[in-house]
Amino acid sequence: MLKRVLLSLMVASALSTAAYAQEPKTGGMINAVIQPEPPGLMMGLVQNGPTQMVSGNIYEGLLRYSPKLEPLPGLAESWNVSEDGKTYTFKLRKGVTWHDGKPFTSADVVFSIEFLKQTHPRARSNFAQVDKIETPDDSTVIFNLKEPFGPFLGVFEVGSLPMIPKHLYEGTDFKTNPANNTPVGTGPFMFKEWQKGSFIRLVKNPNYYIKGKPNLDEIYWHVIPDAAARAVAFETGKVDVLPGGSVENFDVPRLSKLKNVCVTGAGWEFFSPHSWLWLNNRQGPTANKKFRQAVMYALDRNFAKDVIWNGLGNVATGPSGSSIKYYSSDVPKYDYDPAKAKALLKEAGYNGEKVRLLPLPYGETWQRWAEAVRQNLQDVGINVDMVATDVAGWNQRTSEWDYDIAFTYVYQYGDPALGVGRTYVSSQILKGNPFNNVEGYSNPEIDKLFADGAVAFSDSARKPFYDKAQKILVDDVPVAWLLELQFPTITRCNVKNLITTAIGVNDGFRDAWLDK
Amino acid sequence: MLAFIAQRLAKAIVVLFAIVVLNFMLIRMAPGDPAVVMAGEAGASDQMFVNQLREKFGLDKPLPEQLFIYVKGIATLDLGFSFRQQAPVSQLIVERLPATLLLTLTAFAISLLLGILFGTLAARFAGTWLDTAVTIFSLIFYATPLFWVALMAILLFSVAVDWLPSFGYETVGANYTGLAHVLDVGAHLILPATTIGLFFMATYSRMTRASMLEVQRHDFVKTARAKGLRNAVIQRRHVLRNALLPVVTLAGLQAGTLVGGAVLTETVFAWPGIGRLMYEALLQRDYNLLLGVFVVCSAMVLAFNLITDLIYRSVDPRIEFAS
Repeated sequence: MLKRVLLSLMVASALSTAAYAQEPKTGGMINAVIQPEPPGLMMGLVQNGPTQMVSGNIYEGLLRYSPKLEPLPGLAESWNVSEDGKTYTFKLRKGVTWHDGKPFTSADVVFSIEFLKQTHPRARSNFAQVDKIETPDDSTVIFNLKEPFGPFLGVFEVGSLPMIPKHLYEGTDFKTNPANNTPVGTGPFMFKEWQKGSFIRLVKNPNYYIKGKPNLDEIYWHVIPDAAARAVAFETGKVDVLPGGSVENFDVPRLSKLKNVCVTGAGWEFFSPHSWLWLNNRQGPTANKKFRQAVMYALDRNFAKDVIWNGLGNVATGPSGSSIKYYSSDVPKYDYDPAKAKALLKEAGYNGEKVRLLPLPYGETWQRWAEAVRQNLQDVGINVDMVATDVAGWNQRTSEWDYDIAFTYVYQYGDPALGVGRTYVSSQILKGNPFNNVEGYSNPEIDKLFADGAVAFSDSARKPFYDKAQKILVDDVPVAWLLELQFPTITRCNVKNLITTAIGVNDGFRDAWLDK
Repeated sequence: MLAFIAQRLAKAIVVLFAIVVLNFMLIRMAPGDPAVVMAGEAGASDQMFVNQLREKFGLDKPLPEQLFIYVKGIATLDLGFSFRQQAPVSQLIVERLPATLLLTLTAFAISLLLGILFGTLAARFAGTWLDTAVTIFSLIFYATPLFWVALMAILLFSVAVDWLPSFGYETVGANYTGLAHVLDVGAHLILPATTIGLFFMATYSRMTRASMLEVQRHDFVKTARAKGLRNAVIQRRHVLRNALLPVVTLAGLQAGTLVGGAVLTETVFAWPGIGRLMYEALLQRDYNLLLGVFVVCSAMVLAFNLITDLIYRSVDPRIEFAS
């Protein structure tokens, strides 16, 4: 175990060495884009993407993760796992204070977990295995688990477990607490101002516990609702950072060619956004395995990658993204093969019934992708009826299983037990949630493999379960996997060190600096 | 006149009530509700989460009860709480209303002034190349989608020549005060206000032209000419004044449409007004906020119509207030 901790610290030190290759300069302001406008900035209450992107600067978790998903120190400076995998001991950094000056202690950690169990669906399931939490002193937290939970060390980043100040929330109605409007965390930046519809302003935390950090004085997050207008704002120099997904894909090559512009796909390793087509396994042609396999052969996914996504990302080989743990490429392959698709459709006895295709209403890129998929499917003889919806309609239809084929993409959270299993295990067939087993696939063998994989402790013990699960799933095609998505972050090249961890811009601008 | 206003206000309240009920039912017919949207945005959710949200928003109650609660709230001027923005609806609208009023009134002024000016010119020089040029110019902007004109304006004036800012209400972080602030807001206002203004200008210009040509044929104009009045005086005092009546009617009717134009324009130019608030509330099924914006916009349109009726009186003294 000592070896494991040492390894973590070595990785941390190697990363920080790389980060400091160029001496950072202090001061300055960064203008970034945020879209859509977050509904609130209190991370304990709101878990959507824009909230985390802004508030990842205000709040912090116990750990951070390297691009290879190894844990790095956050508010915890070290950690230890018992041999039986049931006891996790975290040593917290000393001298950390909340933005209002009160000390951060182990009591805040316990309180945060209690808070999040009420408001944060992911935290609720991540901490379901926790039997009790002990705090022998102000800087030690011990988690005792009912049984080993393999991915446990992977659930401490700021989005999964933001630390919440006990002294402001204890005994109050969390949802109406006035502190929600002026969020208080321990992070490198403090909330200063929010002009709804215009901008959110964060300023440097002068008492941040890492000396000399953050380097920047302030960050402005601009709310610009139109994608083309966001591209223009960057082009005209009004903003310096376009986080992944801020502009339509077809604008990326143009913006990338501008002077002093840098583009990176890094910073999505933890989320590892994975796209696929839900195929309704319950009824209609999509209930037939051969039909689903035909869909896989009918899709020209390289075209989608090269043309619609401008070459970004990878063709997905199966249920797991290649950057998450226990990914295996040793699975059946589905290359673009319309002839094979037609043959399979014939075997399936498909007689030209109409199949409803639901695009993802997230802008022009997704609309174009849906049109390309419709053409692929029509080319092999599938009768496709495209159904237009907005975001609310899409959520409603998918979570109520009212579709035949539907686009989606889902975060995988670094570990198959956290972000992959939920799509395929039968216990997750529950209406009202667009992110669980929406397709209705049910296979007791898969249920058992994911259950065993989660409670096995060591990497070597867990891997065989997931290897086997990936093989079975790729053969069964419960959903039609499309691409491992990559959302490019576009910045001015003088913005340095912006992305240092596996959640990229979502981890805050702690290490970023401006080369003036 | 007071009796007239009182009667119109009473009618307006009935209309407003009908609008509230109709909108309430319409928005609930759209698929999805705020709980589903927010659960979707969370990236992970469970039934407990969705149920908690529905309970919190009162969406678990029967629809008639929800309507009753809402109407009761409206009667006490309480527009409710925004599910998504986690703030009282009235506060959100009050924050955003000044920006929309500034934008729409400026656009209104631009459209009216340019429309009447061009319409007068076209009527004065009817059948000449100037008439044709004004007609083509007006129709181009009328026939082109607002968002496209907005994007082209950005490309030309912000990207190509860099004269005007492309987004926002003011230069964020500049902290201008006094005249510098006014000029800064003005610079941000030019593109969005002109975009909307040019669209609506066409109708005023066409209406003014047609109306003036018609009035010119009347006997009193011939009499004025026979009296030896100068043409400019005839046009201004006799023709334009009489020709303006239908333009005023049209302006009153278009007050509501202006807000519709603001929805698109505010979105493209990131103008922090209620048009954008409405658009976002619709996408997020933020029922209370959406209905709140509808109520305020409807009230504004009703007020505009009342003002139009009052203006009739000053434009044409023959019109009397019937009570």
